[in-house]
Amino acid sequence: MSGSATVAASPPGAATRPSVAVRARQAWADRACHGLLAALAALVFAVAVLILYETTRGAGPAISALGWGFLTSTSWDPVAERFGALPYLYGTIVSATLALSLALPLGIGTAVFLVELAPRRIGEAVAFLVELLAAIPSIVYGIWGVFVLAPWLRSALEPWLIAHLGFLPLFQGFPFGIGMLNAGIVLAVMVSPTIISLSREILLSLPGSLREAAFAMGATRAEAIAVMLDGARPGLLGAAILGLGRALGETMAVTMVIGNTNRISPSLLAPGATMASVIANEFTEATGKLYLSALTEIALVLFALTIVVNALARLLVRMTMGARRDIAGAA
Amino acid sequence: MGAKRALGASAGGGPAEVAPRIALPTPALPLGEAPAHPAAEARAATPSGARLSVRDFSLYYGRHQALKAVTLEVEDRSVTAIIGPSGCGKSTLLRSFNRMNDLIPGVRTEGTLQVSGADVLSPATDVVDLRRRVGMVFQRPNPFPKSIFDNVAFGLRLLGVRGRTELETRVEASLRSAALWDEVKDRLERSALQLSGGQQQRLCIARCLAVEPEVILMDEPASALDPTATARVEELILKLKTSYTIVIVTHNMQQAARISDRTAFMMMGELVEMDTTRRLFTSPAKKITEDYITGRFG
Amino acid sequence: MPPENFTPLASRGRGLRRRAVNAAAIGACVLAAALILLPLALIVWHLLAKGLPAFGPAFFLHMPKPVGEPGGGMANAIVGTLILVGLGALIAVPVGVGTGVYLAEYGGGRLSAIVRYTADLLAGVPSIVVGVAAYGLVVMPMGRFSAIAGGVALGILMLPTIVRSTEEVVRLVPQSYRHAALALGAPRWRVLQSVVVPAAWSGIVTAIMLAVARAAGETAPLLFTALGNRFWSLALDQPMASLPVFIFDYARAPYDDWNRQAWTGALVLLLLVAVVSALMRLTTRRIAGH
Repeated sequence: MSGSATVAASPPGAATRPSVAVRARQAWADRACHGLLAALAALVFAVAVLILYETTRGAGPAISALGWGFLTSTSWDPVAERFGALPYLYGTIVSATLALSLALPLGIGTAVFLVELAPRRIGEAVAFLVELLAAIPSIVYGIWGVFVLAPWLRSALEPWLIAHLGFLPLFQGFPFGIGMLNAGIVLAVMVSPTIISLSREILLSLPGSLREAAFAMGATRAEAIAVMLDGARPGLLGAAILGLGRALGETMAVTMVIGNTNRISPSLLAPGATMASVIANEFTEATGKLYLSALTEIALVLFALTIVVNALARLLVRMTMGARRDIAGAA
Repeated sequence: MGAKRALGASAGGGPAEVAPRIALPTPALPLGEAPAHPAAEARAATPSGARLSVRDFSLYYGRHQALKAVTLEVEDRSVTAIIGPSGCGKSTLLRSFNRMNDLIPGVRTEGTLQVSGADVLSPATDVVDLRRRVGMVFQRPNPFPKSIFDNVAFGLRLLGVRGRTELETRVEASLRSAALWDEVKDRLERSALQLSGGQQQRLCIARCLAVEPEVILMDEPASALDPTATARVEELILKLKTSYTIVIVTHNMQQAARISDRTAFMMMGELVEMDTTRRLFTSPAKKITEDYITGRFG
Repeated sequence: MPPENFTPLASRGRGLRRRAVNAAAIGACVLAAALILLPLALIVWHLLAKGLPAFGPAFFLHMPKPVGEPGGGMANAIVGTLILVGLGALIAVPVGVGTGVYLAEYGGGRLSAIVRYTADLLAGVPSIVVGVAAYGLVVMPMGRFSAIAGGVALGILMLPTIVRSTEEVVRLVPQSYRHAALALGAPRWRVLQSVVVPAAWSGIVTAIMLAVARAAGETAPLLFTALGNRFWSLALDQPMASLPVFIFDYARAPYDDWNRQAWTGALVLLLLVAVVSALMRLTTRRIAGH
């Protein structure tokens, strides 16, 4: 829509009519404004492209030198220039999965509490506190994990797990306090606000008639909630996957509590490393071009993984709630 | 007539019932034998034949009084229509019978409201069971986002019915009673949301019938439907009234005149007049009723 | 149909089981909410218990001391965070607000769809990946770690939040404002500059503050862009200290005294985030009051 001024015809001699020159200037100003804003918008696109370009370029040497073996090899030997990212892939997936298996029931349970069960004031207070949880920086979770959670795990939970569930390879080993379990718990806490706020929105977007129909049929509260959760399934799955996306990319808290060894162990009590944590730990120490490039390739894989996961999550949420653009910013 | 009603009424919903509510073959017992299950007494209509009894019933939303000392009775196995202008409280009254108003915060009631002789307003009432016995059909059909079968089976599963044969038998019987079986028998596993509006509403009725209620409340059940679908629902109501007590809120006076035995006219939270449908529509006692019926307002 | 003797429905489903399941499910949800909030309580408690002792003006005004010497503060880190976040805002605010206005006002074309999708994408990129990209884009050409590189990384991280929130807020400006201005003969750009953007301004400021609060706590992207600096430095082309990186280094160190300072630093960081968030809430409330 062109913005040139349209002024109603006025009596001859009226001073209100802009001259041709003025109107031309205004038309030019409008085009300049549009152009400037479009340029800034294009800049955003350029930033994304640059990130993709930069990580790909940096990873280039490693890709060509190491090939697909990079993703399947477990040896990480900077001196011999042998790099395999499998331990970090493993660590990322295991820590994220553990985090989700804790955060999903807790998160959806809290969302149900907020939507269906809590009296208004309590619900508002809890919702506010959950937002606070979301605002805590990752590094603060990290020091809490190292100095508070780890000692407790070391002295209380992990020995208990070893004693009672040690027949499972999942809970065998030495109670270090730091390791996969610690990382999973910290990640679960960090990811919960995302799951809670999105699940809450999804439950609120369900039609009220669904709830009414369930109660009118003689359902107890729990049974009515079950009907609602059943109706919200794709969206809740989307919330879960979005939480997964967050967990995959989380760096600082995980780096501080996961122990940072590149061994793959079936036990949750063992230390490990994730893609993000190995980059954080070793990037500044990386001597040699191939070393740096290998780390950059890990960044590229992480990048690709989070893009796919987030896109999937958005798709699922959109299916339940209609087009919503801002879910990725939830909590 | 009174004796016959008393006999039929005392037999409640159990095996001693003469006319089974749904086409389920039940073992026939001679009339007058005591019903086999414990809650039968609560199930009987009062000796006077009233299934629902309202006395001086008032309801407040916070400070606003929505119902003012309403007193009325609803006969067993009849169709009672409640008419009145928007906001007169007819839906509120309807929703009081199955305590659906509990879902709204800040609601307060006074007076008594009885279903099958038992007070439903007392805190001791098992609301979950009440809602099975008093079913509700809503203005806009609200089937669950599940299959047709699962919709009808929903209430049954809540009650603990697990056996596949029993579920299938009961679901089929309910769909037949709701005059929907022939249309859906080949696609029970498909989503209920794919049905037309009229079919969805009959599905909601079937869902309601499956749990063998005593009373069916209908809140403008046909107002969202086209005339053909409306006619089918009205036909269904006339068929159902031999086995169930039906209370229907409607803003359509011709509909009330067509299908109801008795009609109650409400205005501004008060029950203005209640009489047999024919008398209310041809010679109402109060002028205001006549004004409403002739369309002078509302 | 073969005759079946089904148990009458009236006598079913009233047992203890349904009530027990109901109570258990409700209890589980309440428990979930309590468990989620437990870490919050623990974190705040420990921050106060461990961080308060060293908290005081000295912490804000003094420079870090070498190992073994008591006291010292994180003055350079605190100032560094302010500078780095400021640099990030310098990049992110013009680009972000401009893009948000563009999407809201001229949205609908192909560029808008692409940009919107990109903003969503950027929101999900892990901050460490942004750090790696900033390393390649700024640190390598410059040949050194610098505050500028850190600012670029933070700016990229702040961008999606500002873009999305600005677009939402500008969309909320009533069409009637625009029509009134246009009907008075104002050209489109004047309408934007003197009517639409001022009307949306509080919301935009809120969005910026939200982005700032988040960026202040970011550690990962700074690890190999701004790196860190034990000395006082305001030079933008040199490594710069920042609060989160400082906390990270001090927490990992084997010295108790440094670990304690890490807690105090974390307390300061959380206070910074809290103050900005509170300001944000005040601004929002003022908009709601209009």
